[in-house]
Amino acid sequence: MHLPNHLEQLEAESIYIMREVAAQFERPVLMYSVGKDSSCLLRLAQKAFYPGKIPFTALHIDTSYKFPEMYEFRDRMAREVGLNLIVHRNEAALKDDANPYALGTQRCCALLKTGALLEALSMHEFDAAIGGARREEERSRAKERVFSFRDKHGQWDPRSQRPELWNLYNGKLAKGESMRVFPLSNWTEQDIWNYILLEQIPIVPLYYAAKRRVVVRGDMLIPVMDSDPRTYQGQRVEEVLCRFRSLGCYHCTGAVRSDADSLEKIVAEMTQVKTSERATRIIDFDTDGSMEIKKREGYF
Amino acid sequence: MNAAAKTPEQSSSHLSILRFSTAGSVDDGKSTLIGRLLHDSGNVYEDHLAALEANAKKSGSKRVSLALLTDGLKAEREQGITIDVAYRYFATPRRRFILADSPGHVQYTRNMATGASTVDLTIVLVDARTGVIEQTKRHAFIAALLGVPRIVLAVNKMDLVDYSQDRFEEIVADFTEFSAKLGVREIKFIPVSALEGDNIVERGDRMPWYGGETVLEHLETVYIAGDQNLVDFRFPVQYVLNPNQNFRGYAGTVSSGVVRVGEEVIVLPSMKKSTVKAIVVAGRQMRGEQLSEASSRDAVVIQLEHQIDISRGDMIVRPKNLPRATAQFDAMLVWLGDAPMDTGTRYIVRHSTRESKAYISSIDYRIDIHTLGRIAAAPLVSNEIGRVSIAATSPLFVDSYQKNRSTGNFILIDPVTFLTVGAGMIIDRGRSDAPGAGEGDDEERNLHHESALVTAREREARAGRKAVTVWMTGLSGSGKSTIAKGVERNLFDDQLPVFFLDGDNLRVGLNKGLGFSREDRSENLRRAAEVAKLLNQAGITVICAFIAPYAEDRRRCQEIIGEDRFLEVHLSTPIEVCEKRDPHGLYQKARKGEIKNFTGVSDPYEIPEAPALRIDTGSSSLEKSVQEVVSLVLSRSAL
Repeated sequence: MHLPNHLEQLEAESIYIMREVAAQFERPVLMYSVGKDSSCLLRLAQKAFYPGKIPFTALHIDTSYKFPEMYEFRDRMAREVGLNLIVHRNEAALKDDANPYALGTQRCCALLKTGALLEALSMHEFDAAIGGARREEERSRAKERVFSFRDKHGQWDPRSQRPELWNLYNGKLAKGESMRVFPLSNWTEQDIWNYILLEQIPIVPLYYAAKRRVVVRGDMLIPVMDSDPRTYQGQRVEEVLCRFRSLGCYHCTGAVRSDADSLEKIVAEMTQVKTSERATRIIDFDTDGSMEIKKREGYF
Repeated sequence: MNAAAKTPEQSSSHLSILRFSTAGSVDDGKSTLIGRLLHDSGNVYEDHLAALEANAKKSGSKRVSLALLTDGLKAEREQGITIDVAYRYFATPRRRFILADSPGHVQYTRNMATGASTVDLTIVLVDARTGVIEQTKRHAFIAALLGVPRIVLAVNKMDLVDYSQDRFEEIVADFTEFSAKLGVREIKFIPVSALEGDNIVERGDRMPWYGGETVLEHLETVYIAGDQNLVDFRFPVQYVLNPNQNFRGYAGTVSSGVVRVGEEVIVLPSMKKSTVKAIVVAGRQMRGEQLSEASSRDAVVIQLEHQIDISRGDMIVRPKNLPRATAQFDAMLVWLGDAPMDTGTRYIVRHSTRESKAYISSIDYRIDIHTLGRIAAAPLVSNEIGRVSIAATSPLFVDSYQKNRSTGNFILIDPVTFLTVGAGMIIDRGRSDAPGAGEGDDEERNLHHESALVTAREREARAGRKAVTVWMTGLSGSGKSTIAKGVERNLFDDQLPVFFLDGDNLRVGLNKGLGFSREDRSENLRRAAEVAKLLNQAGITVICAFIAPYAEDRRRCQEIIGEDRFLEVHLSTPIEVCEKRDPHGLYQKARKGEIKNFTGVSDPYEIPEAPALRIDTGSSSLEKSVQEVVSLVLSRSAL
């Protein structure tokens, strides 16, 4: 079974990066967010070290607001792949009932995602964290390095990044400093879907079209969670054939109208798509450049 | 996303990836060109476009600024400049593109070099009104330095010169003259207007005189598959896989060349030989799939027949095609660090998967980035480029960058801050095979190596031998010319193309006017070495006979001719014997003081430390001496 030339190249590049991480760092961790990009990361990590096991611990930063299907899928994958999975939550913030309705999405993310992440990284003394971010995703990501340096506070400064020439990645760190590593840097959303199709990679069922209960707000379809009345209270709930293009917390993730209920159909749909993936993340509508502000603070 | 043109089948078919970079300043309209390229090829998302329109409205401008599509970070957007390398991704039904968008400001040489290091092609922008300026040359130079095989010169703002064909051709002529010295394999010229869209994606009808491709057409069709070095197999071991007793494999990415199961390989640095037992990759069902071969860029696991101790940083190659295993090498270096280079610092050099400590042992010269001329050696500061010698504490397995882009590069890491402070491209010693690395004085500073269609390797293959230079050094009367002539006769009779280069003969013609001062002697030898090099390149073995008393001069001759061709033969005949022979009565004149600076009498002779051969003609017969040199030539010229 041969992959198309461009996917073969991207795959080889990602495998090379995975192996560099394993060779250059002492305590690397694989960020597992349960989404489609994470599914690809996981497959690439398996391939990079086959027939050996993945030499990384996996880490899921859990906001507690993920879809139930995501939790199920996560636990199934961890079992099947034999992952050493750590799940970390910002328990203090959750105890104070941190949620986007009360805090706004930005503040909520800062506590439950960025805060929890930094806490987990320092608690386990991870020196490298592998993430599934792609440069194509968002404008400020376009300049991101493959090995992205973070200071002792986990912060990212665009001016202190190391130049990356050829395929020579410099992973040297002083104590307390860390690296974020992005093996999928050069992949596009289309590449991800093609790869998932050709490699038959398991993904969360939420990506497939189904009739789902949502609140329709303009182009946005906001998912309704029976367990959380805030998602539907006082609003008209409709049943719409839709799917999720990208997955996050249910408060902040919109669905799109779609009848793509198979990988083949999703790939076909992707070739027609006219908006960027992040347009379905309500979260990014806060302010222009909001992703960059979050990145500076240590967000993935 | 190019919805109409694309079908699922096409998008997943065998597309290749073209990596390219752009160079040019904001004023040249670079961002506009990229924006235009993305927009007109249907590669801008609607929500991104909507954000631009809102932006235009806010700033009260009527026209959506396509340049904003590519300007990344917020602070930069506010300043209206791009200051880093930003990567863009787009696709057409024919190809996938990865664009490294590098800025064109003077202080950002490092970003341009970073962008150019991985690309197949660079678009250099020129403003049609100003034409080829210093900056254009600088951009083209950096692309050439980083080994980019092809340049597209996009002559932009044609709308502002009335789409004048004459103006375009003037610029083409200017750039052609300049670029002849760069050694870039392919150069393409396209007249465009990024603002109006002419010849970017669509042809437009305003330049009917131009019959060539548009920028996108060229990017879609330019042939790049031939760029890979498929000859020299290099496999830097990246990670050792040893999951259980039954499996030991070496994970890595093939840097260049091809390897097949069953082939004999050799492991550096241990020089132990083995055979490739299996090439393994994980298949989609997560079973192992066996491949029969792996080639350049493939990420694989190689298993060997024999149990050999191999670790990360070792290199697996073919026994008959070895890289240079050396701790000392010369390179063109781009300085990236904020602090200036320091020759006393022990840096960390990273080459392929191998690391060593290393000093910058000497700086030969710097490149003036404005004029591209050479300037006096001094420690490089940020964004400077120069030629340096590196002395590592353990050997690296290197090729010249020109021959092998993947095993010819390295970075230097600061040992304290761990920042990446230098990026280097390895040069074969004494060969001017990188832009700006040529020999010569200020007059020649813009001269670059012109590569012919017939390579030295092809000539050697036809001759069945490599041409070498025998450099006979020794006192006057030690027997240099006599042996040289004997060797020449002998090899000639053996059907070998051979030529005797005599110091005195050169002084009659080529070196007429040179005296015997230290400087003139040096120059005499330099010219002789250059002649020998040319003759070698033409496939002719050269026998040189020069007193060449100074080690430094001989070292330089070796550098010019090339380490692998230069055979130093020291005639160690004692001075008493030489003086007794005194064939031209020179010693007598020197003793009387009639000749000044006479080697051995009034000027020193520095004895070679490690010549290929040492002969004392006081005790060895002429016949035996000639035979020894002939054997040396035959053994060292074998392919």
